[in-house]
Amino acid sequence: MQTTYHWLAGFAQSAGLLYFVAVFLGVCVYAFWPKNRARFEEAALNPLRED
Amino acid sequence: MTVGEMIGMLIAGACVLPLILIGALTENSGYAFHAMLGAAAAAASMILIGNRCFDGSPAVPPQEIDGKPNYTMGPVKFATVAAMVWGIAGFAVGLIIALQLAFPGLNFDLPWTNFGRMRPLHTSAVVFAFGGNVLIGSSFYVVQRTCRARLAGDLSPWFVVLGYNLFILIAGTGYLLGITQSKEYAEPEWYADLWLTIVWVVYLLVFLGTLRKRTEPHIYVANWFYLGFILTIAVLHIGNNVAVPVSILSPKSYGLWSGVQDAMFQWWYGHNAVGFFLTAGFLAIMYYFVPKRAERPIYSYRLSIIHFWALIFIYIWAGPHHLHYTALPDWAQTLGMTFSIMLWMPSWGGMINGIMTLSGAWDRLRTDPVLRMMVVSLAFYGMATFEGPLMSIKAVNGLSHYTDWTIGHVHAGALGWVAYISFGAIYCLVPWLWNRKGLYSLRLVSWHFWVSTLGIVFYITAMWVSGILQGLMWRAYTSLGFLEYAFIETVAAMHPFYVIRALGGALFLIGALIMAFNLWMTVRCEEAVDTPQAHALPPRQLATA
Repeated sequence: MQTTYHWLAGFAQSAGLLYFVAVFLGVCVYAFWPKNRARFEEAALNPLRED
Repeated sequence: MTVGEMIGMLIAGACVLPLILIGALTENSGYAFHAMLGAAAAAASMILIGNRCFDGSPAVPPQEIDGKPNYTMGPVKFATVAAMVWGIAGFAVGLIIALQLAFPGLNFDLPWTNFGRMRPLHTSAVVFAFGGNVLIGSSFYVVQRTCRARLAGDLSPWFVVLGYNLFILIAGTGYLLGITQSKEYAEPEWYADLWLTIVWVVYLLVFLGTLRKRTEPHIYVANWFYLGFILTIAVLHIGNNVAVPVSILSPKSYGLWSGVQDAMFQWWYGHNAVGFFLTAGFLAIMYYFVPKRAERPIYSYRLSIIHFWALIFIYIWAGPHHLHYTALPDWAQTLGMTFSIMLWMPSWGGMINGIMTLSGAWDRLRTDPVLRMMVVSLAFYGMATFEGPLMSIKAVNGLSHYTDWTIGHVHAGALGWVAYISFGAIYCLVPWLWNRKGLYSLRLVSWHFWVSTLGIVFYITAMWVSGILQGLMWRAYTSLGFLEYAFIETVAAMHPFYVIRALGGALFLIGALIMAFNLWMTVRCEEAVDTPQAHALPPRQLATA
């Protein structure tokens, strides 16, 4: 029981940190990738276009 | 008659008799009432579906008319009206219980009007009935417009809207009749929970189906927030409500979780009801309605992407801050606190993104009270999401927890952010849905804005003072080490602030009544009564060069 608890606490504290940093970096790379720029600017105009 | 209509009628018809039987056999009168309500709803849906075959409209409505999407707006209209009705009811019940706290005799010594039953009625009415109808209605509107596609399904959007409101009716009447599982913000018993699960899964399918049908290449960011809200609420609702009923003839059930696990599940649910219902869903509204009303694209689309992923990945972990200094392991408490503090970043990123959308059109704040309401909602969002992380710090929480400070914080978010962005969205939606040029009166919107804002300021300042006073009195010791104040002395000390709070609530309710009148007149009268509706400057030129 004690070991399960320590293992879980340790896992949450280390692997969790790495996982979140990796996800955050991934999102930033996706958002700032130069090739995506035009696509996002087009998407931002979506609500303003009337059909 | 389509196959869907036939199946719908068969299922509804098959439910009527068993529900009447349950109502007749149960010994709990409240549960019998709910069974009969269910039977009536099932019978009514048979009639409603059957009627569709004779109303002259084509059995399968066209997806497009003259090359334009044939949008489904009926359920959106229903949800918008329901939101206003439930909102006013919820604000009124809130005022009653605020007055009960100031003047306890107002509970009239009746079980049905007891604070313990009225309080969940208030929270559920404003959060789930008002907020929920705003979210469902606006999501059905936004997903269609930004995907340029008709809502998926024909009966199912109506099933979602009507089924959800039936759930609200069952939940609310249940509280008054004494049926509750005593979990905060998850009070409805097992049968109401099961019904909501069915409705919610259909909601998710309608939303996903519409996204799938989209003719736009990109899924607009508002839809990401709506989808995050729908999906997470499904998971939270099921996780926190795993329970075994005593019998099919009893409203009582026993939850699967116990002890500290139960507490953790409850606050994982509770905090994410705030994070995904009251935040992500309403941020979706912000990302559509603020650009639309300002006639400008969102300040930074890239920031919105980072905002979305950061918000949903961080929020889900913040729940343990509701359980500081409890039996919950210390590291889990610290984890909850840390993630709450990290939430500052995405929250403020989103707020800045919304407010800066007005960059270059700040004059609109003076001329357009609807836009002003939405921008002030973002300011309240920024304030509440600054205060929340602060209160999640253990040392601060030691003072603030269980006091009125929490109530003040919640209302800064609920009245200032959630209600104001909803009011802004409804003020936009009603003229669009009923094909009016604009609102009946912008001057009345201005009145609504100022009366309500004054009410919010009264409310939150009274609760700050009362909460900190309460917290300090609880922890005051004499030089001999005894507690300085008896509990009842703290209650007496809070009386003036409770009166001020009730005054704030009354002003907020008056504001909502002004709004309801304005909307009613907008639908009834074709023409606006006062100044021409504010027109924006031409949209900002995008720097693409």
